[in-house]
Amino acid sequence: MTRKLSNAQIAWRAAQDIADGAYVNLGIGFPEMVAKFQPEGREAIFHTENGILNFGEAPEPGTEDWDLINAGKKAVTLKPGAAFFHHADSFAMVRGGHLDVAILGAYQVAENGDLANWSTGPKGVPAVGGAMDLVHGAKRVAVITDHVTKDGKPKLVQRCTLPLTGVGCVTRVYTSLAVVDIEGGRFVLREKLATISLDDLQAVTGARLHLDGAVADLIAPEL
Amino acid sequence: MDKTVASPAEAVARIGDGASVMIGGFGGSGAPIELIHALIDKGPRNLTVINNNAGNGHVGLAALIEAGLVGKLICSFPRSADPRVFTEAYLAGEIELELVPQGTLAERIRAGGAGIPAFYTPTSYGTDLAKGKKVEEFDGRPHVQERWLKADFALVKAHRGDTHGNLTYRMAARNFNPLMCMAAAHTIVQVSELVQPGAIDPEAVVTPGIFVQSVVEVANPAQEEVLNRAGAVYPPARPQEVQA
Repeated sequence: MTRKLSNAQIAWRAAQDIADGAYVNLGIGFPEMVAKFQPEGREAIFHTENGILNFGEAPEPGTEDWDLINAGKKAVTLKPGAAFFHHADSFAMVRGGHLDVAILGAYQVAENGDLANWSTGPKGVPAVGGAMDLVHGAKRVAVITDHVTKDGKPKLVQRCTLPLTGVGCVTRVYTSLAVVDIEGGRFVLREKLATISLDDLQAVTGARLHLDGAVADLIAPEL
Repeated sequence: MDKTVASPAEAVARIGDGASVMIGGFGGSGAPIELIHALIDKGPRNLTVINNNAGNGHVGLAALIEAGLVGKLICSFPRSADPRVFTEAYLAGEIELELVPQGTLAERIRAGGAGIPAFYTPTSYGTDLAKGKKVEEFDGRPHVQERWLKADFALVKAHRGDTHGNLTYRMAARNFNPLMCMAAAHTIVQVSELVQPGAIDPEAVVTPGIFVQSVVEVANPAQEEVLNRAGAVYPPARPQEVQA
């Protein structure tokens, strides 16, 4: 069994592609970890749907102010240069193309860039939040995810079988095994763990991995 | 001009059966807990409620649903740390749900307040939430037509307010509140601090008073998160009668 990247390491890898000065929205849950791994010397500004730009880390337990939360309803702090705004302005930033990057989780990503990340089917209570807005607004929409589901099925697929969040919206996927771009309706492999062969990676991927030049080693520090 | 009313109970007195009610807040931040609890005390039935969420625990919006007063909920994310009240009502078929993407929900409310009956958005194109909606291409990209959202009443929480209804908010408690002020026929605001006209710098006003009909002061308002951590329930259980 090939060793795979931890969630923190996937988040670290995604953080390396965020430029200095970028405005970034991170999905709730696992993608929130990306903020912890900003490279030295770069300052990204994080946006949360509920109306804050430039929020920081969680406060010390016991010092939370529950008027100062992120989209995951977790208490946050402010950095110098923060701003508050109402929900219509917040989604004007999203839909209006003002965000540089949105990083989301996924149930499935298809080679045509379709994303499914809000519903696992008709059972239970459906909930969508801001995901459908984010995938059509940010200049770059990236996904961070394990390469396969908990029961080993590919998350990178030819066509999504779960309800879609957005059509043709994802351009890069950071997984526990590889970094894959979506270009022209194809998965293009950019990086993979040195310890997994191309054949083994293809075997756990639900659509063909195309090569476009050299494939770099996917390297992340121990975290 | 004086839009103040004496109590949350008086402020919500005119909300009757079948009313549509926008309730501000994102989770607990900006949620007008005291106005919601006054509405539970009044007890109008078959309400249509518009909120981003569906309540948490057994206070605020969750308590309104638990009291059986909500017939339909329009929201984007009916999940929370403790969503049991809504989940059980929904799975039992006791409450109708209209699920709306969050940015579309905000813009529908804004459009309702701004007199724009419909607009086009790229959001939800090609998904289940766009089914039955008109699609049109603009600059080569497909967009989905969405309609305005208005309500009979809005229950809003603000930080400072004057007797004209000019409002400021506190940090991220702003969220949907300013939009809902615009979109309701009668907007009821609870303010943590009531001041006289002139006490709020006009440069700092977020919601101009023209969008507000009633203002009630609720000093030191409850926070949903704090109530839930204390295991609060609304209405509180009556103390058991002591057997003689």
